[in-house]
Amino acid sequence: MRWLLQIVEITRMGLTTIPQRLGSTLVIVVGIAGVVGVLIALLAMGEGFQSVLAKAGRMDEAIVMRKGASAELNSGLSRADTVLITQGPGVLRNADDKPIVSAEVVVVANLPKKSTASDANVEIRGVGPLVWALRDHSHIIEGRAFEPGKRELTVGKGARSEFTGLETGATIHLGQQDWKVVGIFASGDAHESELWGDAEVVQGAYHRAGYQSVTLKLTSADAFDTLKAALSTDPRLTVDVQRTRDYYATQSEDLTRLIRILGVAIAAIMAVGAVFGALNTMYTAVSTRSREIATLRAIGFSASPVVLAIMLESALLALLGGVIGAGVSWFMFDKVTVSTLGANFSQVVFAFKVSPQLIGNGLLWALAIGLLGGLFPALAAARLPVTMALRDTA
Amino acid sequence: MKYLHLIWADLFRKKTRTTLTVLSIVVAFLLFGLLDAVRVAFTVHESVEGASRLITSSRLSIIQPLPYADLGQIQHVSGVEAVAYANWFGGIYQDRKNFFANFAVSPNFLDVYPEFLLPAAQKRAFAATRTAALVGENLAKRFGWKVGDKIPLEATIFPAADGSNTWTFDLVGIFRARDRQDRAQEDQMWFRYDYFDEGRMLDKGSVGWYVVKVADPRHADKVAGAIDKLFANSDAETKTETEKQFSMDFIKQMGDIGLIVTSIMGAVLFTILLLTGNTMSQAVRERIPELAVLKTIGFSNQSLLWLILIESLLLVGVAGVIGLLLASIGAGVLSSAFRGGAFTVGLQSWLTGIVLMLLLGVGVGLPPALRAMRLRIVDALGAH
Repeated sequence: MRWLLQIVEITRMGLTTIPQRLGSTLVIVVGIAGVVGVLIALLAMGEGFQSVLAKAGRMDEAIVMRKGASAELNSGLSRADTVLITQGPGVLRNADDKPIVSAEVVVVANLPKKSTASDANVEIRGVGPLVWALRDHSHIIEGRAFEPGKRELTVGKGARSEFTGLETGATIHLGQQDWKVVGIFASGDAHESELWGDAEVVQGAYHRAGYQSVTLKLTSADAFDTLKAALSTDPRLTVDVQRTRDYYATQSEDLTRLIRILGVAIAAIMAVGAVFGALNTMYTAVSTRSREIATLRAIGFSASPVVLAIMLESALLALLGGVIGAGVSWFMFDKVTVSTLGANFSQVVFAFKVSPQLIGNGLLWALAIGLLGGLFPALAAARLPVTMALRDTA
Repeated sequence: MKYLHLIWADLFRKKTRTTLTVLSIVVAFLLFGLLDAVRVAFTVHESVEGASRLITSSRLSIIQPLPYADLGQIQHVSGVEAVAYANWFGGIYQDRKNFFANFAVSPNFLDVYPEFLLPAAQKRAFAATRTAALVGENLAKRFGWKVGDKIPLEATIFPAADGSNTWTFDLVGIFRARDRQDRAQEDQMWFRYDYFDEGRMLDKGSVGWYVVKVADPRHADKVAGAIDKLFANSDAETKTETEKQFSMDFIKQMGDIGLIVTSIMGAVLFTILLLTGNTMSQAVRERIPELAVLKTIGFSNQSLLWLILIESLLLVGVAGVIGLLLASIGAGVLSSAFRGGAFTVGLQSWLTGIVLMLLLGVGVGLPPALRAMRLRIVDALGAH
C-alpha cells in the first residue's frame, strides 16, 4: 500500500512539473499522435473497403457465373444457361410463385469523376424484374425505380456522389443512346456504386446477347449445398456457384491485405521514430528532475516506485497522444467517401470506417511506445547516485 | 569552416540527446524516401516513344471490344505511321495470386514499342510459331521460365473453342526494358493475336484496343480527333488519347495515391520538425552562459547566428542523408517483396529530400539562432 502511494506521489509530482517542460512533453504527445493517426487512418480505409463489400454478401444468396470467371465482368452465360439456373432447387419463390432471382448483365461505362474531372469506369448492372425483392436492403431514396423496357437508370447513392451528371432527371449517353436517370437508391453496400437498369435494355446498348451472372435468393442458408450440387452436376452447364458472401469477401481480400500491410509498416517505422522522441523527452525529464528524484531517494523512497512512476508518466503522455491521434483521424476521416477500382474494373465507392476496435488498437500502440520510451530513462533515474545528484548544481 | 570543431563539440555535448534526435530524423527521411519511391512508381513518366503513341479504345468503355475492320481505316488516317492492336486475355498462371498482365498482340506490336528489346532470333521465332509467347525478363525470373518452356494459362474471360479452359503457349523469347527504371513494365506476357482469335469462342474478329504511332508527336491531338471522327455515330464509337493521358486516367482510377502519400509525409515531417526544434532550442538554452562568453571574447552576432544554424543544418543533413541511403536499400527490398515492382529512390527524390533537409534545418535552427544573436551579455552571464 505504501509502495503504491509512493508511485502515485512521484507521478503526481512529475505531472505537475510538466508545464515547466512543455516543449519536450509536446514531442512525446504529438509524436505518438502522429503514429496513431496515420495507423488508424490507413487501417480505417482498409476496413471501410472490406465492409462495403462484405455487406453486399449474404449467406442465403447464391451467385452463379461461368466456370473460371473470377468476377462478373469476366463471366458470360447464355440465355439458355440462365433459364436452367433459375429453375435450380432451393430457390425462394414469391407470392406469385416466381423464383426470386436476377439474371444480370454487368458492363462498364466511362463517366467523368467529380474528384479528378477525368473519365473513370462506372459499373452498369442490368437487372431482372425481381431485383428489389432479391436485394431487399436496397430502396429508393429519391425519384423512382427504372421501368422495365425503357432506357432508364436508377443510380446508387455512392455513384451519384462520385460522378458528375448522375442527378435525378439527368441524361447520360451510352453509345448512340440517351439514358435517363430516374431515381437514386441506397443499399449501404457495394451496389451503391452501381447504376441499375433493365437487363434486356442494357444488353441492347452494349450489343450483348447473354448475361454475366445470376443471383438467387435461397429458401435458407442450408439450401445452398443442394443448389450447388444440382447446378455443378448438370451436364448442360459449366458454372461456378458461390454464396454471395464468399464472392464479395474474395473481392476485397487483396486490396485490404495490401492496405493493412502498408498501414502497419508505415506506422511501425513512424513508431520507431516516436520511441526515439519519447526516450529523448523522458531522458530530459529525468535529468531536469535528478535533484528532486535524489531527494526522494534520500528521504526513503525506494527505487522501484521511481522506475514505475516515470514509466507511468510516459504512458499517460503517450495515451494522451494516442487519444489525440485517434480523435484527429476520426474527425478527419470517419465516413469520408473515396473510391477505387474494384474487381469488375469499375469504381467501388466506400467510406473510411474508424471503428472502436481500431481506436483500441491505436491506443495499445501508443501505450507500447510510451512504455518503451519510458523504460530506459526510468532505469537511469533509479540508478542515479543519490549523493552526486544532490550535489549537482546543473 | 574553422569553427567546425566547435560546432561538432556542441553537437555531442549531450550524446544521448543528439543520437536520439539523429535517429528520429533518420527514420523520418527513411519513410520519406520510401513513400516518395512509391509515389514515383505510380506517376507516369513519359518516354520519347510514348509521346508519339495514341491509344484508341471504345468510347463506351475500355471493356467493350472494337471491330477488327477498324484497322484498315485507322491506317489510312493522315499522320498515322503504324497501327498495332492488342486484346486483354486476363489468364491466370497456376494461382489467382500470381497476377500479371497477359494479352494477345499484333505481329508489329514490338515495332511500335521500341523501348522493349528482344534478340532478333527470338523475334523471328515469334513470327514463325503460332503458339508463341514473349515474356519480360522480370516475369521470367519470377517463375523461373526459360525459352522453350510451355506456359499454361487458365482463361478467365475467353474459354477456348474446344471447350477447355486452359491455353498453352510456347515461350520463344524474353524481352527487356531498355531503361532499367522501367523494369516494372517487364511484368507482362504477350502472345499472338491470330492464335488467340482462332481459339476463342467469344467476340471473334474484335480487338481490345489499337495502338497508333503518329509520324509527328506535335500533331497527336489532330490525329486523335481524326480517328474518333471516323467512327463517330457508328455502332462502335472510339476514344483516342495519348498514351500518357490513357495511363494517367487509369492510375487516377485506383484512387489518389499521391494525395495519401503526401498527407502521410506531411504528418511525419511535422512531427519531426517539432521534435528536432525542441531539441535545438533546449541545446541552445543550456548553452546561454557559454554563448555569452563567446560574445565577450569577440564573436559577432552574425557568427553566433551562423554557428547555431550550421549546427542544426549539420544535424538534419547528416541524419537526412543516412535516412535516404537506408531508403535506397529499403526500396530494393520492397521491389523484390512486391514481385518485381521497381521502386527506386531516384534523383528527384534526393533533390526533394535535400530541399526538405535545408528547410527543416533552417526552420529548426533559426529561432534559437536568433535568440542567441539577441542575447545581452550581461543578462546571459548573470543567468546562472
